This record gives sequence, C-alpha cells and structure tokens, in this order.
Amino acid sequence: MNTTAPSMPAARVWRAYLTEAGTECVRYMRAPSFMLPITLFPTLFYLLFGVVMNHAGGEQVQRYLLVSYAVFGVMSPGLFGFGVSLAMERESGLLTLKRALPMPPGAYLIGKMLMAMAAAALVVILLLVLAELLGGTGYSISAMLALVATGALGVLPFCALGLWVGTLVKGQGAAPILNMIYLPMAFLSGLWVPLKQLPHALQQLAPVLPAYHLDQVALSVTGFESVPTTGHVLALAGYTALFLVLAARRLRRLG
Amino acid sequence: MNASNTPVALLQGAIKRYGKLTAVDGLDLSLRPGELLALLGPNGAGKSTSVALLLGLVQVDSGRVELFGQSPQQIDARRRIGVMLQEARLPPSLRVGELLRLTSSYYPNPRSEAECAELAGIGDLLKRPYGKLSGGQQRRVQFALALCGRPELLFLDEPTVGMDIEARQKLWAAMRLLVAEGCAVVLTTHYLEEAEALAQRVVVIDKGRVLTEGSVDQLRAKVAVTRIRCCSDLDEHAVEQWSHVDEVRRDGAQLHIASREPESVVRRLLQADLALTELEVRRAGLAEAFTHLTRRDEAVEQEAA
Repeated sequence: MNTTAPSMPAARVWRAYLTEAGTECVRYMRAPSFMLPITLFPTLFYLLFGVVMNHAGGEQVQRYLLVSYAVFGVMSPGLFGFGVSLAMERESGLLTLKRALPMPPGAYLIGKMLMAMAAAALVVILLLVLAELLGGTGYSISAMLALVATGALGVLPFCALGLWVGTLVKGQGAAPILNMIYLPMAFLSGLWVPLKQLPHALQQLAPVLPAYHLDQVALSVTGFESVPTTGHVLALAGYTALFLVLAARRLRRLG
Repeated sequence: MNASNTPVALLQGAIKRYGKLTAVDGLDLSLRPGELLALLGPNGAGKSTSVALLLGLVQVDSGRVELFGQSPQQIDARRRIGVMLQEARLPPSLRVGELLRLTSSYYPNPRSEAECAELAGIGDLLKRPYGKLSGGQQRRVQFALALCGRPELLFLDEPTVGMDIEARQKLWAAMRLLVAEGCAVVLTTHYLEEAEALAQRVVVIDKGRVLTEGSVDQLRAKVAVTRIRCCSDLDEHAVEQWSHVDEVRRDGAQLHIASREPESVVRRLLQADLALTELEVRRAGLAEAFTHLTRRDEAVEQEAA
C-alpha cells in the first residue's frame, strides 16, 4: 500500500465540476415541485396583469410588466433553488455525505449556482416567447438577449440570499420564510405594480431591496428606461457579497 | 500487498465535545490496510462521532485524526475512501446510473458502471429513479456509490438496515470480496450477527471510550457463559442448586441452563434424566457478549454512583 494519494488529473477535476452542475440541472428540471412554481407564477401573473386585465395601459404597460415579471421570475430559482434545497439537504444528510466524499471544493455551490442561472434564463425566455406569441414584445432581439443575460446574472444576489437563509433554517421551514421574503420584496420593488403608483413612503423604501435594483438594470438594458446602471449593478454586487459573507460565517460555525 | 506501518485510519487520544457532552473521550483506534473492523456500541456511545471525525466532518478538540497519514480534511486522503452513511436521502428524481456517474466523477480511477452494478447487485436498477426504489434497493445503490471510486477504505454505517435476508447475504459476499482485494472496512452495525459474520476485529465503544477490542472469539471468551438447552422433566429449582449452574429457566418442556462449566453440568443432566432429549450446547454469541460487556459497565457505574 503506497502512502501517496493517487493523482487526480486536472481534466477529471474539471469533469467533476461539470458533472455536478449538469446533474444538479437535470435533477431540478425533473422536479415539478421546483419547476412548476418558478415557471407558472411569473407567466400567469404576466398573462393576468399584463395582457388580460391590461385594458387601459396599452403597450407601454405591457412592455414594462414583461420586464418586471421577468425580474420576479428570476428571483425564485435563486431563492428557492439555493435556500430551500440547502435547508432540505442539510436535514436529509445529503450535504453531510457530499462533504465526506471527495467532491472538489465548491462544486456543490457552483453546481447549484449554474442550475439557478440556467433556470433564471429559462424563465425569462419563457416570458419572452409567450409575449411574442401574444402579439409581440415590442423589444428588439438584442434587447431580449440583454434581458436574458441580465436574468442569468441577476439571479446571483438571490442565490446568495437564499444560501444565507438556507444556513439559518433547516428542512421544511425554509420555504415559508423565503416566500415571506420573496413576495413582499417583489411587491415593494415595483415588480407587480409600477413603483410610481405605490404610496410615497413605500417608494422611498424600494432602494433598500435588491429586486428594485435588478428591475432598474433590466428596464435599462431593454431600453425601456434610460437610467445609468452602474449604481444599481454595484448595489447588487454589494448585496451578493454581504449575503455570501453572512452565509460563510454561518457555514463555518456549523462545521 | 506490501506491509506498510501507516494505518489507513487512525484516531489517537481523540476528544470531541459538543457543549457539555463529551461524545468522544480519548479514543484510540487504528486500522490496518485490508482489515475489516466492526465498531459496536449502544446508541450514543460515540460511534457516529468517531466516524464523523475520520471523515473530516467534525474537527477534534484534541488528539490526532488521520486517514492514510493525512488529515481527513485533505481531499487527496478522501479520494481513497468510499462512504455509505445511514442518514442520507439522495435526490429522488435522479436515476441510479446518474448518481453513479456523479459519484464516480469525484475519484481519480473509478470502477466501470458495469463493475459497480455487478458488485452491488443493482444491474436492473440503473435506469430507475432513486425515489422509486424500495428501502433495500436504495441501500444497495448507496453501497454501489460507496465502492465506485475503487476505495482502499470503506466506511459503512449500518449498511444492511432495511434489507431482506437474501440481499443482506449478497452484500456480505460483496464486502468479503472487497476485503479480499485489500480494501479496509470500518463497519458500524446494530446487527451483531453481521459483525460476527464479517469482522476480523471488533471494537466495542461506550461513552466515547474503547470498552474492549479483539477478535469475535476473544470477545466471546470474555463472557464465559455457555447456554444449555434440552427437553427434560427435571425440576428447575433442583437443578438450580447444582454446582456450576448459574441460571435455570423453564420454557414449556424445555429447560434453559446457563453455566460456566457446561461439561460437568451436561454429564450430570444426562445421568439424572435418561429420557432427556434435544440436547443443545452453545457458546454465548457476540450479542450476548456485547450485552454483557455494556451492561457490566453500567452496573459498575451504578455501584460507583
């Protein structure tokens, strides 16, 4: 028996990361309890408020709501894909098993992150296809691509927030808590009703919320509003870093 | 297989506390290459914590923990182990083949899918979603995941819980095969017949310490009691007065006798009752030795208290 470890070629380590991410995607795309809420809520809300009930607002409101429901749809794979799944896997022993196995460092979180990015992009594409089928989005191809990319990257602060919540709560308790964060934050960030129609005090509150900043970026990259995005992008990056640090501290204490 | 002195797994004076509770209290454990060691102990004895220490899941408060001479935190050390944990629910929507591919991807030189399936007896399950399998089938899949990386050391935590007798026998056969190939095994189990059937060495731990260790035979010998059973009309109260008889119990026509010198008791039995039938003499099993050892410990503690 030799005392040196068998060498793991770099190519195999890369493959381990890829396999982890691919398996994570397959696993969630197959799980109706994950896919149905994240795809149905934004599309149904968009159909209801953006199309069916939108008599007065016309095309402008429909275009605005397409963007804000895309942002609404992007939040959930991050919050639930990370938060609920981490909370469940801490309880089910899967995380313990993975930590005991020689899984490359970070593969677990990177796999979940890529899964959430893919799911976020999927939700945005679904909304765009739906809007096109119902008579056009009014956006150019490049604007639509920019929105998909914004969704895929914009999911990251919500991944970090979900991760932090997932380290605080174990098991079934995470989903209701995340809903208590998700739905009020979406409303207060102006994703359901434009901010300008909300009471003044609530408008003042919006910049505290990451979803508000993502909505501003999304409205800007689609050309709906021309606002500078740098500040909003920085705010999102800041939130991501903050939640990651909080989660890392929690995880270290959990051992 | 060359004889190296580096143990594949080592705990030396390991102490681990959770708040006020000392789960592992100065435990020494050393496992040689190719050795199958059974870790026994009552619930809360510190078995799980010992295994968690060796897997690098928790850090010792003091003492040494090594896998192949390295810290278990080192991924290189863990690339040489396989793990089957009792409490691990795998993703139900993944197919068995996908789980196997994922776990294999963590290792430098994994077994082929066919080899894993053959060893664990899951050839017919590869295409099925994990969540649709029975408890026993899920255990077999977990066993396949444990051995897929061609490990030199396997951790098996209650591997045969929920298995029927046939499946258990198959898994035992597979474990023997792996051990014959030079794989060392740390087995924790509630089924003492499992330890009896497989283990070269048994370590009994309680209250975070090693209570006793040795081969199954050595452990049995610590309990010098032999069980005698027969069908006889002899009065049990009379038999109880015989010398070398520790305990007598009647169960219908059957007489159960415990003795430390069964030869003389049997001789007297046969003389006293010519109509005696169905005589059976049996050394205490590991189960009895185990209960005896852990109970004695409790008794000592009660006396001390």
